[in-house]
Amino acid sequence: MNETTSKLQVRRVSVGYGERIVQHDVTFNVPTGSIFAIMGGSGCGKSTLLQALTGLLRPASGSVCFGTEDYWSATEARRTQIGRRFGVLFQGGALWSSMTAAQNVALPLEMFTRLDAATIDALVQLKLSLVGLDVGRDSMPASLSGGMLKRVGLARALSLEPDLLFLDEPSAGLDPTSAKRLDDLILDLCHGFGMTVVLVSHDLESLLNICDDGIFLDGTTQTAIAHGSPKDLRAHCDNPLVHAFMNRDQPDIRTAASGH
Amino acid sequence: MAEAVRNGGASGLGWISHAHGAIAVISLQGDWLVGRTAVDRGISCLLHECAGLRGICFDTDALGHWDSSLLVFLSQLRQGSAHHKLDFDDTGLPSSTRRLLDLLPVQEVPGAIAIRKRSVAQDVGVKVIGVCAEILAVTTLVGEITLAAGAVVRGQACIRRIDLLTCVQEAGLEALPIVTIVNVLVGGILAFVGAIELRRFGANVYIANLVAIAVLREMAALMTAIVMSGRTGGAYAAQIATMQGSEEIDALRSFGIPLIDYLILPRVLALVSMMPVLYLYGSAVGILGGFAVAVAMLNISATIFMHQAAGAVTAAEVFFGLAKSITFGALIAIASCRVGLRAGRSAADVGRAATTAVVVGIVGVIALDAIFAVCASRLDF
Repeated sequence: MNETTSKLQVRRVSVGYGERIVQHDVTFNVPTGSIFAIMGGSGCGKSTLLQALTGLLRPASGSVCFGTEDYWSATEARRTQIGRRFGVLFQGGALWSSMTAAQNVALPLEMFTRLDAATIDALVQLKLSLVGLDVGRDSMPASLSGGMLKRVGLARALSLEPDLLFLDEPSAGLDPTSAKRLDDLILDLCHGFGMTVVLVSHDLESLLNICDDGIFLDGTTQTAIAHGSPKDLRAHCDNPLVHAFMNRDQPDIRTAASGH
Repeated sequence: MAEAVRNGGASGLGWISHAHGAIAVISLQGDWLVGRTAVDRGISCLLHECAGLRGICFDTDALGHWDSSLLVFLSQLRQGSAHHKLDFDDTGLPSSTRRLLDLLPVQEVPGAIAIRKRSVAQDVGVKVIGVCAEILAVTTLVGEITLAAGAVVRGQACIRRIDLLTCVQEAGLEALPIVTIVNVLVGGILAFVGAIELRRFGANVYIANLVAIAVLREMAALMTAIVMSGRTGGAYAAQIATMQGSEEIDALRSFGIPLIDYLILPRVLALVSMMPVLYLYGSAVGILGGFAVAVAMLNISATIFMHQAAGAVTAAEVFFGLAKSITFGALIAIASCRVGLRAGRSAADVGRAATTAVVVGIVGVIALDAIFAVCASRLDF
């Protein structure tokens, strides 16, 4: 757990849909055990880049390495195996609507492990307790609130004991208190399990609170225009775009940051 | 109390414990990884043998890699020690483990509240009340649609013309190909079936009568309605259910836009106005189908077929068919809109709504047709 190597290495990755490239030559390293942010305004290609990292969209060029292994040049079977080592929390939770919250968390365990039902149940209950879902474990996703959906989604992402967790806009659509609670939970889980986290967000407060490092993508130039922890970028970045983004509502953020 | 409370390490449980005064010291051993060993690691025995001691503490010098399986063990042990009034001292655990353990409840989370078993009488009662409520809701809906349609006719209310025209196009023009195919084939089949019996009496010419009467009285209205139920009724239910899922219906309600005027009336009016047209068209192509079979394959002359058919058909037959088609249209439109409105909000509910609308539509149309047939026979019509 004390490895200092990179968990994830992204080398000159360009992503897009068909002919249309939305981000060129993105390069970054995520050290093991850190929380890395992919930042940027709406529509700059953050989520598209995340899709390339999570194996949902083949990048137009470049390489994505988990540890030392290049994901996209591996065989499909190998990619599936690598994929099981990371968990993904989708923006809206993306729970399977025909299953209860607990069944959503249990399905990956039933599919990919040979554990007996009692063990699976104990693990599912543990994961749901970890994310703080005390009620509604046997409810269908349609009857859960937005915050609960995210929590169940997070519990599901944790189901196969991942080393690496990808979070797409974890605090989007949550009230400030729930967003703060989710941020704390991410910190607890990351440090507790020694997980590496890559998150896409434009929620300034959570970026400042939890991220150790990050990259700032710009939609106009379609490149990464800044690299560093959100706190550093806010304090020292000269780029006017990054500066404007990181200092929106400056007084509020200052109080929030100093109170933390 | 024996010195060694229990040697869990020897049996592969991943821990060894020994008593240190009134405290049981549990040394966690080796790797604790999901899938390597069962989650139940002898907690109940451990707690049983700790009875009389004051508390539990941990030693993690020999602990290797760990994941959730260690947390399950610790969490269950903590809940158990709370139950047995044992102190649970977690200071010996790694700080990361403590951090995760802090997220977990100290008391056992009560399991899902068992669903109360209902008696058969209660089940029946709930079903009956549900059916009554549905009848009431449908009646209300029919009443509201009638009032709204009246208001539109009197010019006191308006529906969006573009919506109405789109619905008319969907339910009319775009349905023509499938209505044509089905009715031509049914007309042809009737001619074939009729020929089998009539030929034995040398009464081949009466195939024309049979085809004309059967098509106008029954088949054109019925087949068109069944086709429209599958095609348009299912589409209406799916459209409205989708709007339910994407909160569009809520948006309409919040603005106070009447669902009846905006959503339902255009669809009902479109189907009610197009069904008679489709019926007339279906009858024409159905008779044409019979005509083609009779002339081409059963050696009946075209003139004779026309003459016989014209003689067999009365205006009353056409009106009967028209009345049926209008009723079928209203039934399909109202049933499918109602099914769409009561649908749930998930994607699966859209599919369910479409299926239900088609089933209700087809069964309803055939049942109504039977009622028409009984009434007609009673009236010697």
